[in-house]
Amino acid sequence: MTDTPVASTGGGSTTAPGAPVLDVDPGIKTASSPKIAPWEERFTSYDVEAFEVPRGREEQWRFTPLRRLNGLHDGAAADGEVAVTVRSGFGDSASDDLGGVRVEHVGRDDARIGEGGIPADRVAAQAWSAFPTATVVTVDQPRSDDEPLTVQVEGPGFGKTAYAHLQLRLEHQAEAVVVVDHRGSGTVAANLELVVGDGAKLLVVEVHDWADDAVFVGAQHLSVGRDATIRHTSVTLGGDLVRLSPTVNYRAPGGDAELDGLYFADGGQHLEQRLLVDHTATHCRSRVMYKGALQGAEGDKAAHTVWVGDVLIRKEAEGTDSYELNRNLLLTDNARADSVPNLEIETGEIAGAGHASATGRFDDEQLFYLMARGIPEAQARRLVVRGFFGEVIAKVRVPALRDRLEAAIEAELEAVGV
Amino acid sequence: MSTLEIRDLHVEVETESGPKEILRGVDLTVNSNETHAIMGPNGSGKSTLAYSIAGHPKYTVTRGEVLLDGENVLEMEVDERARAGLFLAMQYPVEVPGVSMSNFLRSAATAVRGEAPKVRHWVKEVKSAMTDLEIDPAFAERSVNEGFSGGEKKRHEVLQLSLLKPKFAVLDETDSGLDVDALRVVSKGVNDYKAQSDVGVLLITHYTRILRYIAPDRVHVFVNGRVAESGGPELAEELEANGYERFTSAAAEKEGQPA
Repeated sequence: MTDTPVASTGGGSTTAPGAPVLDVDPGIKTASSPKIAPWEERFTSYDVEAFEVPRGREEQWRFTPLRRLNGLHDGAAADGEVAVTVRSGFGDSASDDLGGVRVEHVGRDDARIGEGGIPADRVAAQAWSAFPTATVVTVDQPRSDDEPLTVQVEGPGFGKTAYAHLQLRLEHQAEAVVVVDHRGSGTVAANLELVVGDGAKLLVVEVHDWADDAVFVGAQHLSVGRDATIRHTSVTLGGDLVRLSPTVNYRAPGGDAELDGLYFADGGQHLEQRLLVDHTATHCRSRVMYKGALQGAEGDKAAHTVWVGDVLIRKEAEGTDSYELNRNLLLTDNARADSVPNLEIETGEIAGAGHASATGRFDDEQLFYLMARGIPEAQARRLVVRGFFGEVIAKVRVPALRDRLEAAIEAELEAVGV
Repeated sequence: MSTLEIRDLHVEVETESGPKEILRGVDLTVNSNETHAIMGPNGSGKSTLAYSIAGHPKYTVTRGEVLLDGENVLEMEVDERARAGLFLAMQYPVEVPGVSMSNFLRSAATAVRGEAPKVRHWVKEVKSAMTDLEIDPAFAERSVNEGFSGGEKKRHEVLQLSLLKPKFAVLDETDSGLDVDALRVVSKGVNDYKAQSDVGVLLITHYTRILRYIAPDRVHVFVNGRVAESGGPELAEELEANGYERFTSAAAEKEGQPA
């Protein structure tokens, strides 16, 4: 694929179905472009009624097909619940013995709820107003990488709507690897709070392996303590519509956040990611790397992905080190990738800041090179796509999950026969 | 004993002002155990010949044949040509991010040999081939050609040659961009493979420098999309002394004549 990091002004890039597009147009915000709203200037509220019902023209919602939200944005009542189970280990080796990990089910009056962040859009506020109980998972000591925690979230079932709330808390100096594994059918809106204590380290992988009918809208509130580390990887494979909005908040200096993403959209799927990394404290680091592949079969509805990456470096955030990247690989014609990186810098005293965005078709030269060594075309394509996602998957610390993701990508490729 | 036979090959590429003919009737026969040097000025169509034999989609064959032991290679897909025993060492090897060299080599060897090489033998084989070409073993885990220097890329092309063991190898300007040490190592790699196989080599180059390391049996001067003159190694010496002028001006005269 064409790899053209470019820094220019402008409002992002769009590739329309059918158009041979290898374009890049990220925007470093200039005085005339709309500013990224810092989180305390963004409208936030726990109360759903404090937000207007989105109509689709709002900046926050302009890419989202509201009709397909099954009313999440417009007061849809819950008629189901998600099932949340927490286990130690991942896959076949998982067990119910959680060691020292605490799992609690609490109401919204619990003082800890909301520590990670406050809803900034109507669907997140709706989820907040309507969840029946919140699950709080607390880790207060370092756990080994070999013992990941798995939080399984099962949808409410076909035709049902549910609201959910989950908080992962890492106390001072605690460490954990957590997989939040979403599956099943139905319509779900949820908030996920990731509260990382001072000096703590959380590696969390959020997998969206929903059934074809599922609609999921989630707000991830990443709250990073002093010298704390968070690695957040989101993997979006299934679902009719999945929209994720991770927001990173640094509570104190020295925080380190890496956000990685992998998404694979088939015909008819709408997969949307909207990130905000808000550098409010000194000497914090952020890295964003999202990679997506799109394949809409001929005659099917187009595959559509949206990636919006807002990075704001405030005046007081001296010593910030930040970089964000989004790459999209169009495997077929019938696909559309919107990519909008925004970087706004209010201080000159930074360690580094940059961004890159590129959307391209399959690189025929790569294909030729591999085939010229005898490798059949289908296998050559798989190698290239696997390679494209390789650096995201390599960072997933759970081997059994890596295997599952690799297998899922193979299956996606088989499905459309590329 | 195998034969690679190029007959009356005409090839064009698509340009902004329509199709342009680059090869204008190439005739050339290479047998096993022979090394043919194809020499010519820039723009004479040497690389087009290399890529057309390998089947690059950018080039359209409008006339002629390329026969490998009597079978028309032009009817085969790119990967089929490689499996039939053709190899192209590229002038500009392509970077494939995220695909490790070791994975790539094993995939290619599996495809070309028709079965996956046994792991223990394979590891040894790759290691020894890399040692011969003075390649640091760490390259095995790096992405294919990504961030490699020019010399490292060419060494890896020859590494592939020695592992895929083709019947015919087309080396497209393998000497370009190499310093003397790298040229020596790369040439030794080609000569080693020649010594242990019956490979026929088509060595495409602009300069005579590489011919001091890899001795040609035949030299062809390539001008204006076809072979202008063929001879023994002494032809290369003449080119070394006098350059291509005699051939280019002759070709220009010929072009100027009424048909």
